[in-house]
Amino acid sequence: MSKTFTLDGKTIPFKDGQTIIQAALEAGYYIPHLCYHPEFKPHGSCKLCTVKVNGRQTASCTMLAAEGQVVESETPELNEERRALTQMLFVEGNHFCPSCEKSGDCQLQATAYHLGMMSTHYDHFFPNRPLDASHPDFLLDFNRCILCSLCVRASRDVDGKNVFALAGRGIKTRLIVNAKSGRLADTDFAATDKAASVCPVGVILPKRRGFAVPIGQRTFDKQPIDAYVDNRMVREEG
Amino acid sequence: MSTLETAEHPEKLRRVAIDPVSRVEGHGKVTILLDDNNKVHQVRLHIVEFRGFEKFIQGRPYWEVPVMAPRLCGICPVSHHLAAAKAMDMIIGAERLTPTAEKIRRLMHYGQIMQSHALHFFHLCSPDLLFGFSSEVARRNIVGVAAEYPDIARQGVLLRKFGQEVIRITAGKRIHGTGAIPGGVNKALTREERDTLLADVYQMIAWSRDAVHLVRRLFEQNLEEYNAFGRFRAHQLSLVRADGAMDLYHGGLRARSMDGDILFDHFDYRHYWDVIFEDVKSWSYMKFPFLRSLGPERGWYRVGPLTRVANCDFIPTPFADKERCEFLAFDDGRAAGATLGFHWARMIEMLHAVECIKDLLHDDDILGDDLVTSGERAGRGVGVIEAPRGTLIHHYRVDENDLVIRANLIVSTTHNNQAMNEAVRQVAIQYLDGHEVTEALLNHIEVAIRAFDPCLSCATHALGKMPLEVELVDAEGSVVSRLAKSSDGSFSA
Ligand code: SF4
Ligand code: FES
Repeated sequence: MSKTFTLDGKTIPFKDGQTIIQAALEAGYYIPHLCYHPEFKPHGSCKLCTVKVNGRQTASCTMLAAEGQVVESETPELNEERRALTQMLFVEGNHFCPSCEKSGDCQLQATAYHLGMMSTHYDHFFPNRPLDASHPDFLLDFNRCILCSLCVRASRDVDGKNVFALAGRGIKTRLIVNAKSGRLADTDFAATDKAASVCPVGVILPKRRGFAVPIGQRTFDKQPIDAYVDNRMVREEG
Repeated sequence: MSTLETAEHPEKLRRVAIDPVSRVEGHGKVTILLDDNNKVHQVRLHIVEFRGFEKFIQGRPYWEVPVMAPRLCGICPVSHHLAAAKAMDMIIGAERLTPTAEKIRRLMHYGQIMQSHALHFFHLCSPDLLFGFSSEVARRNIVGVAAEYPDIARQGVLLRKFGQEVIRITAGKRIHGTGAIPGGVNKALTREERDTLLADVYQMIAWSRDAVHLVRRLFEQNLEEYNAFGRFRAHQLSLVRADGAMDLYHGGLRARSMDGDILFDHFDYRHYWDVIFEDVKSWSYMKFPFLRSLGPERGWYRVGPLTRVANCDFIPTPFADKERCEFLAFDDGRAAGATLGFHWARMIEMLHAVECIKDLLHDDDILGDDLVTSGERAGRGVGVIEAPRGTLIHHYRVDENDLVIRANLIVSTTHNNQAMNEAVRQVAIQYLDGHEVTEALLNHIEVAIRAFDPCLSCATHALGKMPLEVELVDAEGSVVSRLAKSSDGSFSA
């Protein structure tokens, strides 16, 4: 018999070494998340995946599953906190969904819909972040970065290139390109890199392809984010 | 040009300001200077133009522009979408779109013409026309029309809805659609979508014909007043097809003088700046474009439905062309020069748009799958389209990294800036001169502005209830009396 824990009253089996979110997604239960990706070591930074384990809050992407845990996820309290976190992500950057080419394929937008976020609630920061369009095939629109570090992890761990890094601390944290000039064109970044397709929002974008997929056929037009419980599907289709 | 642009001794005059609050594209205000006998000395329509977009779009990738541009205007977003897409076609060297792409774009455009013209005529203007410009204010709105003329109101609503449906199907959404992309479109029609539209399109044609006849009857019933109301002479500018036909989606520029002579014809709009220049006046934030060959004083012109219907040689759809001929012949051609003739021409265009939609729905190209094309990359893109309110110019420079470095737009309302000023001045002379200012008289000013259907949200604010503030100011600038009309239509002193 495999080991189990309960998630919102449902019994979830897990293998030793699995995190709570891994086991939950594998069993077909969605827990909101942004910086977690099944192919990468957890980063634990966005806190969207926060659940209550035996009454205490913790990030389900970093917490290992254990026999007999009582896990709560879909509670009004937790979803309220997730909504607030999402709202903060929206106001920290410049997220202008109607004219964003990632609209309909964006995990931040889809998560906001899932959480029933109706407004951004907080004052916008309106940061001034110019684009990096120096690379012939790819564009970086830093306005939308949520600092999930997936591109950092992908470039370092999969592509072996270290093209991206998070610099600064706290509210000053920002994504940078590892080149003297700071420009993507001056790195060995390539369209075939894992880092080129891993961004959950609209920062790392192939040039000249925006809006080619009509409304109605985009990833989250077809089904909401919680229906893509196997996270890999989201990444590949998005 | 009327002499009322600048009064000789403004310091001795009282000032009346009509100040509609606006939200989207611009902010409009009419100021009138009167002397102690209520004689009008100076009339100016000021429009604070929204130029934020040109700045905002700098540094953005070019393929984003067609999706960003619709944010310019809540009334004709699709026109901006298409004008920007046409400019981007040039950037990526798409000289000729595939037949499917061009026809889907046209379909979208005709849907926009339909929904905008229907909204404008039925919702915003029919109350003035059906009840009279000085009629009881409480009734002078679309609800009043629905009560008294339920069929007209219903048809207006359904015509607009059909246009919106065409937009939804071609652009993916009724607003914020993405259908047109540089070099083509991102979707064609499915058979089901086509059949849904086909089921209703003949009814739409019939109702559009009725709408043309309705304006004609109104003209017949009020011949003197309609012909004279805000009347002025103007040069004209619009796109026409290579054979001189009306073409609202694409063509060359044709300018015609107020005497009917062609000033230039089939001018390649990719070099529009060779024939059009924008003048600046100290009292207005909005520029005043003029025809270079005639200069800033004499070169102002009028765009929009009235111009297009008169400026083309024919309309390439049968019902609309028949109506065009009757309109031009009506009362020895006088209606075609009347400011209120805009409404008649607008309904002829709506009929033309629906006829085009019908023809396109019968064309199998709209079901095709060859959607995008490209060619040699260029650094400059110009897209011109005949939007519901008139000629719309989008002009961009894009750098080698694909980012926009410069943008210039000339919207229909800017083209018509001087023309609208002329119309308002004429109405002021005709109706206000020597009278105490009342709501009914001020509504005449609004009726003139609304004939143009400017891209001012004030013209559509709360569906035709333009909020106004009127102040009578004495020579020292102190307010003598004040009248206000709120957006719910109530009028208070
Ligand atoms: S660029 Fe994208 S993947 Fe990289 S940190 Fe920002 S949001 Fe995450
Ligand atoms: S998904 Fe767990 S902290 Fe981001």
